[in-house]
Amino acid sequence: MIDLTYFKAQFEQLQMEDPDANFTALRQENFDKFNIAGLPNYRTEEWKYTGISNIFNQIYLPGGHTLTTADVDPFRIPGHHKANELVFVNGRFDAKLSNILSDETEMVVLSLKDAANGKYGPLISKHLNSSNVLIKDGIHALNGAFITEGAFIYIPKSKVPEHPLYIYHLLDSRAQPTMAQPRSLIYLAENSSLQLTETYHTLGTADSFCNAVVEVVVEQNAFLEYYKIQNDRANANQVNTTHISQIGKSYVHTVAVTLNGGTVRNNLNLILDAEGNETHLYGLYLLKGKTHADNHTLIDNRQPNCYSNQLYKGIADDFSTAVFNGRIMVQPDAQKTNSFQSNRNILLSDNATINTKPQLEIFADDVKCSHGCTVGQLDEEALFYLRARGIPKEQAQVLLLQAYAADVLAEIKSLAVRAYVEKLVYEHLSIL
Amino acid sequence: MDMLSIKNLHANVEGKEILKGINLEIKAGEVHAIMGPNGSGKSTLASVLAGREEYEVTAGEVIFTDKELLEMSPEDRAREGLFLAFQYPVEIPGVSTTNFIRAAVNEKRKYHDLEPLDSVAFLKIMKEKMKLVEIDQSLLSRSINEGFSGGEKKRNEIFQMAMLEPKMAILDETDSGLDIDALRIVAKGINKLRSPDRAVLVITHYQRLLDYIQPDYVHVLYNGQIVKSGTRELALELEEKGYDFITDEVDSTANNL
Ligand SMILES: Nc1ncnc2c1ncn2[C@@H]1O[C@H](COP(=O)(O)OP(=O)(O)OP(=O)(O)O)[C@@H](O)[C@H]1O
Ligand SMILES: [Mg+2]
Repeated sequence: MIDLTYFKAQFEQLQMEDPDANFTALRQENFDKFNIAGLPNYRTEEWKYTGISNIFNQIYLPGGHTLTTADVDPFRIPGHHKANELVFVNGRFDAKLSNILSDETEMVVLSLKDAANGKYGPLISKHLNSSNVLIKDGIHALNGAFITEGAFIYIPKSKVPEHPLYIYHLLDSRAQPTMAQPRSLIYLAENSSLQLTETYHTLGTADSFCNAVVEVVVEQNAFLEYYKIQNDRANANQVNTTHISQIGKSYVHTVAVTLNGGTVRNNLNLILDAEGNETHLYGLYLLKGKTHADNHTLIDNRQPNCYSNQLYKGIADDFSTAVFNGRIMVQPDAQKTNSFQSNRNILLSDNATINTKPQLEIFADDVKCSHGCTVGQLDEEALFYLRARGIPKEQAQVLLLQAYAADVLAEIKSLAVRAYVEKLVYEHLSIL
Repeated sequence: MDMLSIKNLHANVEGKEILKGINLEIKAGEVHAIMGPNGSGKSTLASVLAGREEYEVTAGEVIFTDKELLEMSPEDRAREGLFLAFQYPVEIPGVSTTNFIRAAVNEKRKYHDLEPLDSVAFLKIMKEKMKLVEIDQSLLSRSINEGFSGGEKKRNEIFQMAMLEPKMAILDETDSGLDIDALRIVAKGINKLRSPDRAVLVITHYQRLLDYIQPDYVHVLYNGQIVKSGTRELALELEEKGYDFITDEVDSTANNL
């Protein structure tokens, strides 16, 4: 069992060992918040359907830090030869294992620390921790309390890097249960663009817990394409927070795919902080076993004329649980907001659970918002039609579920990443 | 040889008895037609034979090429060579027709210990059958039946039948809603399948299909039972007189009991 005392000891040790003035105060601030809020439980607002206290029923030792490129190989996304690969090991950015092809005039990749001590210092002090505006719980503060070897990615003005960026998060639980708290800050300057894919994998069989935070700032006319692929072991737990600030009129397109895992909680928060922002959020979760996946999205419309569209779809089989909570806030200044949200679910087992909840908080009068959620079953007529042609029930089900997933997968614009995910999805469904 | 032998088949749907003792023998090489008023149970019979689970068989047995049909899963029935062309083919968005048919063909081959067809071999057969049923490639590259017209759906059923070459094909009103050309094509598909080791059962309301395919036997299904059987002259008589002359007789016999 780990509690505040356990984290306090670790925190104090970190503050002592790493007295970098750029981070000590920030960490202290976050630790104090964590100290007050504690770990979320079912009484905590926004955590009603997702329990993470069990995750802390054991000690996680800080994992070792020595992986080889061969350890990374099984997890590379096909086509990686033409991609920038950034590797985190146990939550720490590992520059040696990373492989950045793009020239630094196109893409800057630094450790947070190096960046904070160089010319990007002001940018970092301005935007690091901006996610705290929308998320106030203890588990989020915990990540902030341990910011050390994170990554900083900067796409300079008017640059469109030739190669996409793949970020692999590896947790090494071969020797003992491992916890990691990766942190990144990504900045897209005016007119730039980035195609980003993140994956999460645990090496080893002991439990793992990844408490990841990514903050992204998108300037005027910049374009972010962001794919998050979660397909880890059944005892790999994750709280994954993405905070995107669209500070100029810009375009953001995200797809989050959750397949295997233990308890997976995703927070995807956006601040639409400039007139005319456009945002598309897609999600696909295909859950079986005891996987619990919770997608919380939050769009904070602060300026007029912003457009956002969300489509999250999923399947819950066996004893799995899916949670979707889509919150849309429209601030008084955000007139002419267009915000649409749809959550569709298929329940495949009597023991599976789906909780879906739209949450609209509208403080402007001239807006168009809509939401809809459905929970249905597989189409029996279609299933019978396929079987009546000789296709076995299990395979017929796979065909129908693949078809169901297809429209979200089609939103993965990168052909390499889409092919990779389609294969994972097919394999995942084939043993459903 | 007996292809399909139905004995005293009773079936319920949602607790209501729809099939009330069907008896029917179909031998290899034969073509049978079932006619009968709306709601008499024709599609129910077809669905029970294909293995639809909402229909509860309460009595009777069905032997299909020496095997107990009712004990098999729908997919095994299909792979044993039973084919049902649906009265209302379902639309399945997102599943490509070509991929689906290829999967169906290869599943059947696997069941019979044959190697799966590779793309080249499959495409060759597909081209040939497409020509036979005059179906357009563009239709087959779309999702199954999605947005197909009524006639296109029926043609797709016949195309699948041609691809799967079943031993026993049951066609449930495949001729309904077809224009003259399509009707001719459907008839051609059926006649092409006709052979001494296959059998066909067509469910229809119209003489015009029977003109093309010349069935060996015609049966009238009424109120869950086959109340009259005959040769193709029976169909002509029905066309002329309507069902009343049979159903009145059946109803009055029932009333006199
Ligand atoms: N799934 C079902 N639920 C309830 N009733 C059903 C169901 N399927 C069939 N029935 C009923 O069973 C009876 C027979 O229907 P069936 O479809 O077999 O008739 P049919 O002879 O094929 O008619 P048609 O010529 O109109 O196609 C009808 O009264 C119909 O309403
Ligand atoms: Mg019918």
